[in-house]
Amino acid sequence: MSVAILRQGDVLIASIQSDLSDTEVIELRQQLAELVGSYRLRGIVIDVGALDVIDSFVTRALRAIVLTARLRGAETIIVGIAPEVAIAMVQFRLNLDPLRVALDLDEALAMLDRRNQRGAEDGG
Amino acid sequence: MDEERRQSNSDARTREHTEDRASESPEARSREEADDRSAEPSGGDDELLQELVAYLRENRTKLREEWAQRISDAELLQVMSDEEIFSEATEVYDNYMDALETGSIENLQTYARELSERIIPRGVETDEVLGIVLLLRDALARSLFARYQEDLGLLNRILDSYEPAANRIAVTVGVSFVEERERVIHEQQEAIRELSTPVLQLRDRLLILPIIGVLDTSRARQLTEQLLGAIRDNRATVVVIDITGVATIDRTVANHLVQTVEASRLMGASTILTGLSPDIAQTLVDLGVDLSMMKTVADLQGGLEEAERLAGYRAAAASDTET
Amino acid sequence: MADEVRVRIDGDADLVTARAEGRAMAERLGFPRPDPTLIATAISEIARNIVMHAGRGEIILEPFEDANRYGIVVTAVDEGPGIRDVEAALRDDVSGRGGLGLGLPGARRLMDDFELESNAGTGTTVTMRKWRFRDELARLREERRRGA
Repeated sequence: MSVAILRQGDVLIASIQSDLSDTEVIELRQQLAELVGSYRLRGIVIDVGALDVIDSFVTRALRAIVLTARLRGAETIIVGIAPEVAIAMVQFRLNLDPLRVALDLDEALAMLDRRNQRGAEDGG
Repeated sequence: MDEERRQSNSDARTREHTEDRASESPEARSREEADDRSAEPSGGDDELLQELVAYLRENRTKLREEWAQRISDAELLQVMSDEEIFSEATEVYDNYMDALETGSIENLQTYARELSERIIPRGVETDEVLGIVLLLRDALARSLFARYQEDLGLLNRILDSYEPAANRIAVTVGVSFVEERERVIHEQQEAIRELSTPVLQLRDRLLILPIIGVLDTSRARQLTEQLLGAIRDNRATVVVIDITGVATIDRTVANHLVQTVEASRLMGASTILTGLSPDIAQTLVDLGVDLSMMKTVADLQGGLEEAERLAGYRAAAASDTET
Repeated sequence: MADEVRVRIDGDADLVTARAEGRAMAERLGFPRPDPTLIATAISEIARNIVMHAGRGEIILEPFEDANRYGIVVTAVDEGPGIRDVEAALRDDVSGRGGLGLGLPGARRLMDDFELESNAGTGTTVTMRKWRFRDELARLREERRRGA
């Protein structure tokens, strides 16, 4: 399976295992949308570490996930962007609003906890 | 580098001393017979060249002496001892003759590179190398004037052969030296570069990257790679980039810096830029560089304090524009 | 050509192959990081255009070199409907979403050379190149040549 998704309480963790075709990206987006609709979640963490390339298509899909999740009160955090991929994304000038990023899963969960504690929505 | 090979007679000619010329062609023999000033060699430039090379070889000891004297008078190669100069001078002279005769500069190039490798660490400068080659050219030319002065027409033809070849030699030696010098400089620069962009872990999750010296594109690239790797390895959330030690940056490097900050953000770290001189600050403004993505603090101390505050509890967003 | 690699593009699964082959060749040619990723990303964009707008086509990867440089040439060929407004396709939008959504301006930013040839009705060919100087000396030589 190309994406492993598990639910840890009210947080969804999606781990991409290998490079995804566009169809698989869309499937992932649909799957997450369904899950966000079925459960009361406060956060989704998507690990993109296995993606050697994050291009405009993947970025658009991630953006769509973020917005969909937000409508249901869940915050999405992308983790695992490798140095070279970060450079490519920046040089490409991909539009990265409103993606939230953290270095890894631990960081992302900590981030979600902090938001939860603060109880208010962060600006930006 | 291309070689000029004189295809005609010269390939076949041996480079023996004058005594062995008896075994050669009629032209060569007639030259041997007419080894006095009034003799006029038949044939074209090629034969003239061979004749003058033979003459220069024959008078090698004397001419090398004159050359060494000129070098000494010009106060060149002072870092080298007399024995060293003698030994190198002999080699240069012989290589010079070969190059004149065959028209091929390949051996000369090899020798010039090796010579450069030897003398560059000794501190020999470019002007000295060019100087001694030109002094040799002059010494040889003078002796040709002396020999052929009775016959201006012949002298002109001799010089027509000699000058282009001699100039080519000078250029070859000069260029080889300069290239070798550049290679050494860049080797050194590379070594310095590796040493001088250390990313230091100041505290848990807090990195500092002090940049000192010239910041060019290739160094900026290396810096970015090191920084992003360090962010990953140290799980850093805040990075302080200090450019107190950088005098100027251009548009390309400034943009590269901004991209580095943005890429760091994509890895979950926020960046504080410290130590901007008024000059660099103005340059960035003039260039219209977008600084909204990063925090800038005038001095390192302030930057570190801000970094510690941030590292405590703040989370980074991919396109955060908090000030 | 001996070192050439061709990837048929018939569907989006082929994008995965194209990216992987591009990265592999770049690494084999000795491109330092992050270039292989930049190249693979640019390939992803132009290969997707083939799927989206022409249905099928081909990505051709070739190494190239000259006295001072080594590099890779990526060509994307299709016989699709073509791009009517090439200028708009290449235009860099301030918001970052310009270029008719074809990702061409972005791909261009990742590569060193970029050419687009498209005729309405006959197809599109995108040729991109990325290269590096062999060493510092080669770079100086080239700079001098350009400056002179």
